[in-house]
Amino acid sequence: MSAPSAVTAPPSPPPQPAQRAAWRSSLSQLDVRTAPYVYIAPFFLLFALVGLFPLVYTAYVSVHEWGLITGDQGFAGLANYAYVLNQPRFWQAMGNTFSIFLLSSVPQLILAIFIAAVLDANLRAKTFWRMGVLVPYVVAPVAVGLIFNQMFADQSGFVNAVLTSLGLPPVGWHAESFASHVAIATMVNFRWTGYNALILLAAMQAIPRDVIEAAVVDGASRLRTFFSITIPMLRPTLIFVIITSTIGGLQIFDEPRMFDQIGLGGNDRQWMTITMYMYELGWGSQRDFGRASAVAWILFLVIITFALLNFWLTSRIASSGSATTGASRLMRKTKGGKR
Amino acid sequence: MTAAPEMSVGMIEQVAGKGAARAAARRRRRLDQGIRKPGVGTYVMLGIVLAISAFPLYYAFLLASTNAAYIAQNPMPSLIPQGELFDNIARVLGSDIKFWQAVLNSVLIAVITSVSVVLFSTLAGFAFSKLRFRGRTALLAFVIATMAVPTQLGVIPMFIVMSKLGLVGNILAVILPSLVTAFGVFWMTQYLSEALPYELVEAARVDGCSMIRTFWHVALPAARPAAAMLALFTFVASWTNFFWPFIVLGSTNPTLPVALKLLQASYFKDMALIMAGVVLATVPLLILFAVAGRHLVSGIMQGAVKG
Repeated sequence: MSAPSAVTAPPSPPPQPAQRAAWRSSLSQLDVRTAPYVYIAPFFLLFALVGLFPLVYTAYVSVHEWGLITGDQGFAGLANYAYVLNQPRFWQAMGNTFSIFLLSSVPQLILAIFIAAVLDANLRAKTFWRMGVLVPYVVAPVAVGLIFNQMFADQSGFVNAVLTSLGLPPVGWHAESFASHVAIATMVNFRWTGYNALILLAAMQAIPRDVIEAAVVDGASRLRTFFSITIPMLRPTLIFVIITSTIGGLQIFDEPRMFDQIGLGGNDRQWMTITMYMYELGWGSQRDFGRASAVAWILFLVIITFALLNFWLTSRIASSGSATTGASRLMRKTKGGKR
Repeated sequence: MTAAPEMSVGMIEQVAGKGAARAAARRRRRLDQGIRKPGVGTYVMLGIVLAISAFPLYYAFLLASTNAAYIAQNPMPSLIPQGELFDNIARVLGSDIKFWQAVLNSVLIAVITSVSVVLFSTLAGFAFSKLRFRGRTALLAFVIATMAVPTQLGVIPMFIVMSKLGLVGNILAVILPSLVTAFGVFWMTQYLSEALPYELVEAARVDGCSMIRTFWHVALPAARPAAAMLALFTFVASWTNFFWPFIVLGSTNPTLPVALKLLQASYFKDMALIMAGVVLATVPLLILFAVAGRHLVSGIMQGAVKG
């Protein structure tokens, strides 16, 4: 920044010119010094208020006896954690959450890579196809939940009608635990596959053409090129997609909440997720904020652990396949050069 | 490497014999296929993907045009809409769910948060990308790190605070926490660091502009394309948001997703009515998507390359 003390001072109005110029210049100095902090302050203030403080305060509430209406009833130690960890419901919810998460993230990623590869061809009306796969993204999860709840209805549902017409037995999409996880995962996949496909498409298009051409000229088949060059070069993007879907997926609430009109996760809680369990403890029958906070903190730790684990796993898997090829070397080079 | 594609097949025949030439020709053809127009199969495949993306929405629209008895008898509805769409819409609007109020709330929250996120994110992005100050790199890294914090898990203290402030049931409780986002700050920083030349900022300063005027007259106009995309993303996110509004607003003052939940809870036997509600809540965003969806697509793709 050019220090503008001389420049900012206007060509001196008659009374007390020197004093005024000095005043102006020091004001301008102050402006230069403080402006950056003032401009970034809103984010940091808001994050402190609605991000950091709530997480820390959740820990505080979790070691207290605390009701929705009654408020703070005194220190409780780890009693809330002990209570929660001894509930079969809690472990069931944890299992359901991971089951739905795996059923939604793994097929979704494979499908997204496939769609991205198809979109990467030299298509006519590119924008039309790209917009087409993004349509589900603008539908609210609540609306998706309502639609799929009816499509997957056990009786007079669309999916079962299709199955029956194909000569297959109908499935208890709501009655059976695993089937309900498949149905809920389908909602998540419906909304996010196209979105992730576009992210991966952008990453594919950023791969330098000559790397792929070199592989083709060297005699690699299209499939081989795809798995040995394209996929390893998508690594940073794949890591990003996997981490974000871990953080979002383990907090899933909207879709399972809408899967029936009651919203508690089924008669036997067969599709109740951790966030739903937290809601039920806090605002449902118990109205116990202490226990709900304990669940929130456990889930927080689980998410952090899994995000790190996924990060570690994906960086290993994605790099082991191509450690010796020129592609990974080149990738490191382009990555280094980009910033 | 670069020499190979330039060698003609004829040259290879001369140098390395017929077998090598045939292999080279095959490779050349394969290379060209990658660049040439894709076949019908690709379009058929994309057509299927699009049909799957669109079908659930069409299905909702079909059911919204029927009645409960029809749905019970026809699990696979006729692909031609029946005639009761407007009756069902009228019933939604006349139900004891405050649907009009939900529309108004959703619009208000989405518009206010979009404007505010764009303004504050551009301000911070301007500072991070173009101004020098102590701790800049560390603070920016902190902003990015906060994107990984699952803030949804802080709802309990948030609820306690909002009830202390008397804001439970007030849309301010939904607006306040989303006035600026880490994603927005990061996004605008990325954009401005490329789109806004240092010279322009300095020229404005030399001409005697204060920092805030420099921001308003130089940075903000330069940020316009990225700001439009950010506004769009914020609008969609706000319109589809459910968990926190559901907790803090409740049934007295709902947003559209909360109203849909209420509709489901009280009319669960009347799927045609519920689907009419789904159509009403979704059509505004579909219209927005038809108009500005291109920017959403390029926004996602640009974010991916930079992030």
